[in-house]
Amino acid sequence: MRDIREKLLKKIHELFDAGVVDRVVGWKAGEFCYDVTPALFNAGNIDEILYDAFCGPNQSKFLVKGAEGGEKKILALLKPCDTYSYNQLITEHRIDPEKIYALGIPCTGMVDINKIRALGISGILGIEEDGENLKIETLYGTESCKKADVLLERCLVCKGKNHVAGDELLIPDEEAPEVPKCAERMTEVEKLEAMSPEERFNWWRSQLSKCIRCNACRNACPACTCRTCVFDNPSSGVSAKVNTNDFEENMFHIIRAFHVAGRCTDCGECSRVCPQNIPLHLLNRKFIKDIDEFYGEYQAGAEPNVRGPLISYTEQDVEPSIVMTRG
Amino acid sequence: MMKRPEEQIPALGVVTDVRRDTPDVKTFRVVSPEGKKPLEHMPGQCAMLSLPGIGEGMFSITSSPTQEEYMEFSIKKCGHLTSWLHELEPGQMVTIRGPYGNGFPVETELKGKNLLFIAGGIGLAPLHSVINYCRHYRQNYGDIEIIYGSRSMDDLVDIREIQEEWEPEEGLKVHLTIDRPQDGWNGHVGFVPNYVKELNLSLDKTVLICGPPIMIKFTLQNLQELGFSREQVYTTMELRMKCGIGKCGRCNIGSKYVCKDGPVFRFDQLDELPDEY
Amino acid sequence: MLKIALAGIDRLFAAIAASKKLYLPIENAGEVEFSEYSEGAKVRLDALQTVKSAKDAFFPFTENMMQFHTDGKNISVEAAKRVDEDFVVFGVRACDARSFSILDKVFLADPPDSFYAARRAHGIIVGLACHRPEETCFCTNFGIDPTKPETDVTAWIEDGVLYWEAQTEKGKALTEEISAFLEASDEKAVEEQRERTKKILERLPLANLDLSYFKTHPELEIFKRPEWKELSSHCLGCGTCTFVCPTCQCYDIRDYNTGHGIVRYRCWDSCMYSDFTLMAAVNSRKSQVERFRQRFMHKLVYNPINHEGEFGCVGCGRCLRKCPISMNIVKVAKTLGGEQA
Repeated sequence: MRDIREKLLKKIHELFDAGVVDRVVGWKAGEFCYDVTPALFNAGNIDEILYDAFCGPNQSKFLVKGAEGGEKKILALLKPCDTYSYNQLITEHRIDPEKIYALGIPCTGMVDINKIRALGISGILGIEEDGENLKIETLYGTESCKKADVLLERCLVCKGKNHVAGDELLIPDEEAPEVPKCAERMTEVEKLEAMSPEERFNWWRSQLSKCIRCNACRNACPACTCRTCVFDNPSSGVSAKVNTNDFEENMFHIIRAFHVAGRCTDCGECSRVCPQNIPLHLLNRKFIKDIDEFYGEYQAGAEPNVRGPLISYTEQDVEPSIVMTRG
Repeated sequence: MMKRPEEQIPALGVVTDVRRDTPDVKTFRVVSPEGKKPLEHMPGQCAMLSLPGIGEGMFSITSSPTQEEYMEFSIKKCGHLTSWLHELEPGQMVTIRGPYGNGFPVETELKGKNLLFIAGGIGLAPLHSVINYCRHYRQNYGDIEIIYGSRSMDDLVDIREIQEEWEPEEGLKVHLTIDRPQDGWNGHVGFVPNYVKELNLSLDKTVLICGPPIMIKFTLQNLQELGFSREQVYTTMELRMKCGIGKCGRCNIGSKYVCKDGPVFRFDQLDELPDEY
Repeated sequence: MLKIALAGIDRLFAAIAASKKLYLPIENAGEVEFSEYSEGAKVRLDALQTVKSAKDAFFPFTENMMQFHTDGKNISVEAAKRVDEDFVVFGVRACDARSFSILDKVFLADPPDSFYAARRAHGIIVGLACHRPEETCFCTNFGIDPTKPETDVTAWIEDGVLYWEAQTEKGKALTEEISAFLEASDEKAVEEQRERTKKILERLPLANLDLSYFKTHPELEIFKRPEWKELSSHCLGCGTCTFVCPTCQCYDIRDYNTGHGIVRYRCWDSCMYSDFTLMAAVNSRKSQVERFRQRFMHKLVYNPINHEGEFGCVGCGRCLRKCPISMNIVKVAKTLGGEQA
């Protein structure tokens, strides 16, 4: 990663020097080794831009507002998976690619600090990549774990090293390091499908009962870009600050999943940002699985400006009655 | 000043009269279910009115504390709750709690002073209470001068009371103005800030101003050009409020809460606070 | 000092729960929150932190304040019942314990909030000392001693034993009630643990935050700092930091039609939300810069101004761990206040 960062900084300097861009959305070092903050940089502080295994946040949504203003283009640094959201935002006319210079950057998998903590490792002072392992310095001694065990959910089911959008690549995709896929995308969904309706209901109730309606999932979601969300609109009749009852607790997330169905690229930001670690991505993945089964394989954001299966009609479309035959 | 209620639980009120003042302002007369004045207040203080299921909002009390029978609220229709309030018919109950806020310092700093009231549109509502209070205790105050402007003749709130009671009163001068010429209007035409400059005001006045933010801004500028200092000018603020007792945390301007430290501030006090209003 | 073996602690919980509501850190679907004890609950006294803070026990996420019944033009109001029975909150860490005194200054100030006041009057707090702080802990900057929470009873867990010491009259009364489960102990194990923990506290990366800037510079000067824009540039405007924060106390009041009358409830609100200050015609905080600034100005500047120099932060570190973009009070404080340590 160190080599990639050096190359990246060199590239960013070139783009600034050539007058292509005048600001860049990057990552800034935090207090610790892992709490990297997305931030906007300008010519003066390019060298502070960080790129390491903790630069997980999907930055594409920031471009909805971030691309406004400025005299030149804004430079976006897109990991392979970020390019799917980027395409989807272009398709939905939520970002204007003319105002953005998108640089594809390689990724070897991003680490989820919560997963390291869940292993019982506490007082984390430093983390170093050591081959396939992470060496973790803590207040209580040195620990280690396998990187593959603590990757972000989205990285476990990595879409691959190829970028599907962008003006330029930092290094050609074929030369980028291979990224191992650690899990099958639908395994967890299949487990839920295999449950009885009652078991499944209880499982989701137990998860969703943790929800504190902080709206982090919605606000981080690159597919949630409505100017005024229905849940914030007093005249919608469903706006509320809290889950007034169990029904609403469920419905907030289910309605949101419906709203992003067919547009969700499965970037996993919803689950990454949830302070309660509710696996919200599984709701979206269930929709993706159903869409794939009903209408044929479809990956939102794989290309820009295509009509997804839910908003295009073909004579081969399944009949709505299909729901009656499925549990 | 009377003690604030200890709760956010409201009392009940009955709307006994609804008066249409302008196309978008109505004045509501409220009494307790026993037919008495719902609560005691000082001029410039506010009360929370609500319609259960619709919402609750903070409104300045338009009637003077010296009115012993009832309270009145002049309310402009501009949002969800106020639209519902405008549909009310006499006999309808509402909830009421208060009074909230500091009010104008009628018993301290304003006593013995020549007073200049400047209001725009619905901004007359909070000043209305002060004006009638000062008229009632006339001997406690010097000259009273009122500048009141609105978009049109039809948008002047309480015009009947102004013309029939205020204008004829000795020691009280009223200057009315509307933004644009209109048939049937032979008074002054022009914006309030400009009118203020035309009036040859003496600088020995304490000014109470309320109206749309843009009017306040330019009026204040012009007052300062005339030689008034910011220490001489009071205004009353309106921010979103929920609890009314300095707890829910939304109506602050810097470290001050409008619901309890305000809504009345002197401009030199506001200068020390962030301009987030 | 008294003690009880952890192995038998469920009997103690059951005994308390027999006469009072008992709230404990309990795990549900992988996360630990203060929840009401029931037999078989997965009690996690070992968890350093719950996701939401213990303020939930006194200022709940949501609570009904009153109910209205309407009949034609008539309305009746029925205030919700205030808590009138004692309850126990067990396992409160020192940072959360301190947050109660910060919340008290808001909720108990004249006129007091009777819902909160009733809970404070009836709540008995059993604090639990920390002995394995996280790197995100910085409570010592606020004069908090995590090895001895300021609570009705203070407890320590060491080597399979829970040590117990009543600190207040309320704590003594609770101790009386459950004395059958406790036996006398010396203070050696506790003292040794405290000494050990204090050495760790000195090594915490955020042990020496310099917050003096916020007390020595005028409100307006701090408010006008240009850095607010950059600090807030990526803020998602979600409510995570406010909802996990032990000292955030802003709330909304809303009506909800249950179909059997209208309930007026209050719920936590966030100054980070765009509708927080939205009025019919205008919004006094138009963009996220202003909302973000408000939150941190409140913690670092307005709170000290209004409450005798006390910051609106207890250094629990929840926002450091939970913010989706890892922006937090420490980064704000260091950016604006410089690092003069």
